[in-house]
Parts: sequence; C-alpha cells; structure tokens
Amino acid sequence: MDTKLRAILPDQELLKFYEQMALCREFEESCAEQYTKGHITGFLHLYSGQEAVAVGATAGLHRDDYILSAYREHPQAIIRGADPKRVMAELFGKATGICKGKGGSMHLFDPNLSFMGGYAIVGGQFPIAVGLAFASKYRREGRISACFFGDGAVNQGTFHEGLNWARLWELPVLFICENNFYGIGTEVHRSSALADIHKRTCGYNIPSEKVDGMDVMAVYQAVKRASEWVRERNRPYLIEAITYRFRGHSMSDPGKYRSPAEVELWKERDPLPNFATRLVAEGIASEDNLACLRAKATAVVREAVQFAEESPWPDDREVFSDVFAANGEEVCPWLK
Amino acid sequence: MAEINYRDALNRALKEEMRRDPSVVVWGEDVALYEGSFKVTRGLLAEFGEERVLDTPISENSIVGVAVGAAMGGLRPVAELMTVNFALLAMDQIVNHLAKIRYMFGGQASLPVVIRAPGGGGSQLAAQHSQSLESYFMHCPGLYVAVPATPADAYGLLKSAIRDNNPVMFLEHELLYNSKGTVPDDPEQTIPFGSAEIKRQGSDVTIVAYSRMTILALEAAEELEKEGISCEVVDLRTLVPLDTTTFIESVNKTSRAVVVSECWSTCGVGADIANRIHENCFYSLAAPVRRVSGLDVPMPYSRKIEKLCIPQVVDIVKAVKETMEAKS
Repeated sequence: MDTKLRAILPDQELLKFYEQMALCREFEESCAEQYTKGHITGFLHLYSGQEAVAVGATAGLHRDDYILSAYREHPQAIIRGADPKRVMAELFGKATGICKGKGGSMHLFDPNLSFMGGYAIVGGQFPIAVGLAFASKYRREGRISACFFGDGAVNQGTFHEGLNWARLWELPVLFICENNFYGIGTEVHRSSALADIHKRTCGYNIPSEKVDGMDVMAVYQAVKRASEWVRERNRPYLIEAITYRFRGHSMSDPGKYRSPAEVELWKERDPLPNFATRLVAEGIASEDNLACLRAKATAVVREAVQFAEESPWPDDREVFSDVFAANGEEVCPWLK
Repeated sequence: MAEINYRDALNRALKEEMRRDPSVVVWGEDVALYEGSFKVTRGLLAEFGEERVLDTPISENSIVGVAVGAAMGGLRPVAELMTVNFALLAMDQIVNHLAKIRYMFGGQASLPVVIRAPGGGGSQLAAQHSQSLESYFMHCPGLYVAVPATPADAYGLLKSAIRDNNPVMFLEHELLYNSKGTVPDDPEQTIPFGSAEIKRQGSDVTIVAYSRMTILALEAAEELEKEGISCEVVDLRTLVPLDTTTFIESVNKTSRAVVVSECWSTCGVGADIANRIHENCFYSLAAPVRRVSGLDVPMPYSRKIEKLCIPQVVDIVKAVKETMEAKS
C-alpha cells in the first residue's frame, strides 16, 4: 500500500483496472439474476470477490500469452477481450455464443484471443497448459502459458505431473492458484496436508510466492514480474493469490459451511471499493468518475443480456457438427 | 514393394512423416534414448534430435494432455503410451479433453494428435498387461480408432493418422510387431480412414475382423477352404470411422456372418458390428450372426488357460461351421 499508484501505472491504466473489475462484478451479478429467471441453466460458478486476480493477472501478461482456466472463468475470458455479448449468449445457450452454445458457462474459448479454454474437470488444464508452452517454445514464439486453477485442484495428479513436467522440460508456464479457501464446501486445510499452496512447488524446484489476491495492484505487479521471469528463463513459476468468493461454489450452494462473520470480514476487503478508495485518495478519480465507470459497466452488461435474449437458438443440425474436423481445413489459423 | 515387418513399417512411417512435416514431434516413456519398449521409435532420436523426440516421465495422463496442448499450439504430436493398458491412467485426458475439446469449444480447435498404444494378449503378461480396450475408445465420440493387422496397413494408416486433423487412437498389436508383409515404396501411398479391406474373397460366409484377429480369420479361412467352405474376410482397419458398407455388402452377398474381436464379449466391438449386421442384413441372413470374442474374465497368466481367453483359429473355424449348419 506504500507505493503510490501513479508510480506503478498511468491514470488511464489504473482506471481501466477499476472499470474491468466493475464489469466483471456486474456481469457475474447479472448472471445470477438471469439464472434465477431461468435464462441461464446448468452449472453456474460466479467469480464475485475474485476480480482483482483476473484483472491484475491479465494486465501482467502479454496480449498473446496463453490463458487457461477452470470453470469459474467468465472474467478471464472477458478481460482478455471476449465480447460480453457473446459470452452471455453462450450462457444462454444461443447460436451467437462464443462457442456456438455448445460449451456453456464452463467452456469458454477463443483462440484468437489466446484464451485457450475453461475446463470443468478439476485440474484438467494443467497438462494442456504445459503442452501449449511446449509448442510456444518449439516454435520460438516467446509466449508463455498462464494456467489459472483453484485451491481444490492442487491435490489432483495433474497438478504434480504438470509442475514436474514443466520444470523437467524447462517450459514457460506461469501457474496461478486462486486460493479462495474452499473446494466447494471443503476448506483448504481439510483437503491439503500443506495448506500453503505456494510451498508445494519445492518438490519440483520451482520458485513461488504468495500475493494478496484482493489487491489488483499486488496481483498485477507479481504477475508482471513473474511472467517476465518465466519468459526469460523458459522456466515455470507459481503464484498463489489469496482471494475469496463472495457467493457459493455454484448457484445451488447456499454456502452454509462458512460463517456469516467470515464472509463479512472478507467483504470488507472487497477489491472494488478498496481500489476505489485508493483512486480517490490519490486524486486519480473522483467518486463521480467511478460512478460513471460503474454505470458504463451496467450498460455493457444490459446490452449483453439483451443480445443474448434476442439471439437465435442453435440449429438442430449443429448437434452433429464439430465432432470431427475436416481434413484440408487449416489447423490453428490464429497462429498466422 | 519391400517386405518388412509391422514394427519397421511403423518406424518407417514415423520417420517419413517427421521428415515431411517439422511440426510432428514424438514423445512417450522410453521412446528416445531407449528407442521404445517395442523399438518402434528406433533411430528417431539419432535422426531428429532431442527437440523432436522426447522421453517423458511416467505420467500417462500428462503424456496425452501435453499432446492436447501442443496440438492446440500448432504441433502434430505422436505420443506413445507404452501399452494400451496404461491408457486407463490417461482416460481423463483422452475422453474428457482430447475427444471433446473441438465440440465443446464450438469447432474452434482441431486436435491433430496421434496416441500410439500397443496392446492385446497372448504373451503371458497376466491381467494388467493383456487387455484389448478398443471398444472403450470406439464408444467415445470424437476419437478415431485405427487397428491395423498387416505391415502395409500399419504403415499406410499411421501416415494417415499423423496427417489427419483429428485425434487418433492408434492401436498396435504386440504379437504382430514381428509379422512380415509387403509395404509400398511410395511414401504418398497412404490408406484412408474408414475403408475396410476385403482381405480374402469368398461366397459362403463373411468373417469380420480387425487387428490380429484378421490374421487368425485368414488362417481359419484357409482351413475351411479345404473343407469346401468359402470365407470372405473383411478387415475393418479403422473402427472409427467405421466402414459399414463393405461388411454389409459382403454379408448381403454371403448371407452368413461371424464377427471376431479379441476384446471382451460384453459390450465389445463385435456386439456393435453384429447389431449393425442385424439392422442392415436381417432379411438376407441365412443364420444368426455368430460372435467370437475374448472371454469375459481378467486375463490369467498361465499359458495353458490364457489361450482359452483369446480367440484362436479353431474357435473361428467352429463358429463358421456352426453358422453354415444353421438352417435357412
């Protein structure tokens, strides 16, 4: 908190952080409303409370660095550049969705943004992130793989296989653990023998650090520093961002395993108002400026919902398309 | 046309495709320095170097998953699972990721990944090392499944697999590695997926088989010929895509069918093939479709009883004769 914001980034970038966090929050809260109305169905895992991680981390990466995440990934996709309209349409199951309505909330993907997917098998993204890093190194592209995952994923074999593999083959993977303390209802110390997740990399000779995941500047600075370290050395690194989800695991979870006092305590650390206070205190924005940015986010989300509502359902013929690729079709056209 | 064995045919296909396309990379347990447990990757490290031919840790799920990621990043990985039995450790990446990524992401990604896996029984390797798991992969939409029986098919199908834009489970049979056959000299003479081959023409009964069972079916047909029974042997070559036309036309011609597969009988490949024959050839059939399959037991070690669990030539001969005896 000591360093002044302006010493880190220009005003415009700082305001963008606020605007992006506001957009994430607005988007997620709107999703909850649309789920209640029955417009969004299936599983819905919301990100509210964790915005500082997606926003700070994405800003700390290069635009073409790969991003992979789990199933609580709407903000990662949107901050990387996915159109909120098409993300909302995906959640509505519409043909205009980012994956034509075939993936839904847990499977957002846009290779043109190097956003390489939301995965719904816990820990499934680890080897894929390692493979993308291998391809980048092999093709001498200089991009790294940023692999987001939750605290619940670190007891899957793929976490350990992925860490070992990335270090063994010297691959540029930045592992970013979003530790929100709960894998559904199981608190981290009830599932991990060593609950300090960042310390678990020592068995693989991979450096790591812990960062305040409720502070967008702290996340940004840590990821920026770590990603350059990874890029220069072709070596993996792990960041554990300590954060909190304000809602349950998914829409069906009332969150009874957490005391109201605990939730309230974390809400006092809400990344949005806290960052707003700093912006105002340091004379970067007025309350009015920030209210304007929030209103803008509300408008973007309202437009997204309208777009999703008005979009057509997928054609029945879509059921059979995309199982297999046609030969002769260009593979990975986004790499050109 | 050179005569080489199944192992060398695969090895030649790998080398030629690696020379042809620098995006082809090979990895797996002991494939580089040790040159493969079955020596299919012999000479690869020496020719292509450690950037393209890589030994991996014993982490099967990641052997597949890293290939998934590499394919999304523009490469054509050929990953070897030391044996197909270890694919069970990789089923999450095979079934939940490799097979589904293209579909669940709305067709935005192609995964040109080949997973090579030797398998099959008959070497007294007991329950955990003798399995034929092709029906597991055939069951899952999104995977191609190749099951070559001869060196020529191994060569031509592996080249097609590497050039294909889709995931391929390439299932080799451990007992076929030393089998010999002629292989075309032309490196562009590949075998398209989804084309079964009539390996022997006949008129009385159709035997549908694949992988090593094709070889046994041909031997059975030879014996039956001496007894005046003319067998047509259809080798499926790929289970996905499945060339149904060739065996349906054959059965409609012969009016009798025996389906042979090494995998377990229950929910096995043969069950699906037999069903397709019933649905498409019912009114041409002179006898019920017979199946010859592996017995529904874990594989025992002792060679005396192991033999009972794997279809033998004598079993195929018996099934064909029973089919011939059925009244039309």
